[in-house]
Amino acid sequence: MGCIACAALVLDGAGVTLTRRESSSIPVEADSLCPDRFVGLGPTEIAALPVFYGRRKVELGDLFEVEGAGADNVIVSGDLKAVKKIGQGMSMGRLTVTGDVGPHLGAYMSGGEIVVQGDAGDWVGAHMSGGRIVVQGDAGHFVGAAYSGETRGVRGGTIIVGGNAGREVGARMRRGLIVVLGDTGEFAGAGMLAGSVFVGGRLGGRPGAGMKRGTIVAFGEAPELLPTFRYACSYRPVFLRCYLQSLEASGLIESPGLSDGEFRRYVGDMNSGGRGEVLVRDQSQ
Amino acid sequence: MHINGVEIEDTFAEAFGMWGSRLIVTGDDLGWARTAAEAATGFATSIIGCGCEAGTNDLAPGELTPDGRPGVAALVFTTSRKNMEAQLLQRVGQAVMTAATSACYDGLAAEEKVKVGGKLRYFGDGFQRSKLLDGRRLWRVPVMDGEFVVEESFGVVQAVGGGNFFMMAGSLTAALAAAQAAVAAMRAVPGAIMPFPGGVVRSGSKVSSRYKGQHVSSNTPYCPTLRGQEDSALREGENAVLEIVVDGLSEAAVAEAMRAGIAAACLPGVTRISAGNYGGSLGQFHFALRELLNT
Repeated sequence: MGCIACAALVLDGAGVTLTRRESSSIPVEADSLCPDRFVGLGPTEIAALPVFYGRRKVELGDLFEVEGAGADNVIVSGDLKAVKKIGQGMSMGRLTVTGDVGPHLGAYMSGGEIVVQGDAGDWVGAHMSGGRIVVQGDAGHFVGAAYSGETRGVRGGTIIVGGNAGREVGARMRRGLIVVLGDTGEFAGAGMLAGSVFVGGRLGGRPGAGMKRGTIVAFGEAPELLPTFRYACSYRPVFLRCYLQSLEASGLIESPGLSDGEFRRYVGDMNSGGRGEVLVRDQSQ
Repeated sequence: MHINGVEIEDTFAEAFGMWGSRLIVTGDDLGWARTAAEAATGFATSIIGCGCEAGTNDLAPGELTPDGRPGVAALVFTTSRKNMEAQLLQRVGQAVMTAATSACYDGLAAEEKVKVGGKLRYFGDGFQRSKLLDGRRLWRVPVMDGEFVVEESFGVVQAVGGGNFFMMAGSLTAALAAAQAAVAAMRAVPGAIMPFPGGVVRSGSKVSSRYKGQHVSSNTPYCPTLRGQEDSALREGENAVLEIVVDGLSEAAVAEAMRAGIAAACLPGVTRISAGNYGGSLGQFHFALRELLNT
């Protein structure tokens, strides 16, 4: 589909820098690692914020070297693959992760921006309601999905994954936009209530299963759809051009030539009212 | 004051506060976008008999349309927000939505809004869909050529209507040439439109009539064929008068349009440039011709 431009990464300037002291596979629950929690705090106070290291309650400063102050720009570095919930609930500021990061990144986020220069774990942006998450590498399963047992998930905001994502991208999504430039696993958009999921690479099997409304767009390969989806027409969706125009204007995605495409429109899931849609790019055009 | 031998009278145009809106109309190509925009702004020469005053304009340099397709701006001016909503509903519904390949977006960043797409959506008979993008709600109304995309609400601002100037000339040919040159120059001013046919008024009016129940009548002091029958405002050698009326989204837009138009209209055969006013006590905005040309 294109590539993430991500030109606006701010690594210089005032802000807080947290650097993991050492690698470890012991899970860290770091929901205090969030710009909102850093407002008005200096490095000593930030270092005193609580985190769980395995089952032990420790302080951020025990695991991270903390420098600087200022909640608007937070940079996190080091081995973060086992660090969960970074940016959870954030509503402001910019959080940059300079490598890979663990699961539940930006869950329940309502504003601000998170940029990950590497890969992210499962549950990126779960239940987010605003703001933007950009993962330059791959993401795990359940990107922008609702947690198990929840009937409604993401209510707003934008998630962009530069690489591949796992299964159930945007499951039970209510509003917002998720863009995966690479491939997705199965069940993208499962149970969608509304919102939009764009997939640049190969769309995994059984997309939109149980979707009530909402839009899944396959810019690359698409599987055979479930039998509860019906072909409607081939056409050039104008609304899609608005999205691509907006993404291009944001500088996040370069997507030449997509705007003029013809798409085959499938409506479904007929098991759930049939008001959702899967648009599949006509590759012969 | 004279420009190219043309006298600029020491007078002013008197203009009024109105409400203005700006639509971006797009299409598969510029022709279809223009077709839709011109249909929507047709029969909108004067607030008196048409409900609004409207016209089309090119997009500002570098301005992109929301869907990236070719587009045209359509500006609409009327007396109240309520009337604006009614006018936009009618015009977008009957003339833009009906035009092949069209889409219609809000082209004005304004805090006050009127609901247009949010009402037209019902044409979709329950199959309409909406998308929320960058804080703007777009409606997708199913139609026979695919979908009509229309924004939920359109911004309205307090605007200016009734900027004007008169071109007196020795012949109709000279007056027409001046008027056409003026309109061409004024079309380049963003945020301003000339609502009359071709941007030009040939039947300027006065706010009185000998007939009971009629409030306006032909501007007889400026009608060359009546010289000798009643008091004339024309000088010897003046055989035709054309007027240009301009509405704008701001006082500055009207001023710039008038300045550009007057400067372009000072051509051979034109004797003087004047303007219409009501003594200055009715309209909130006064555009003194000589001040405009001095800027």
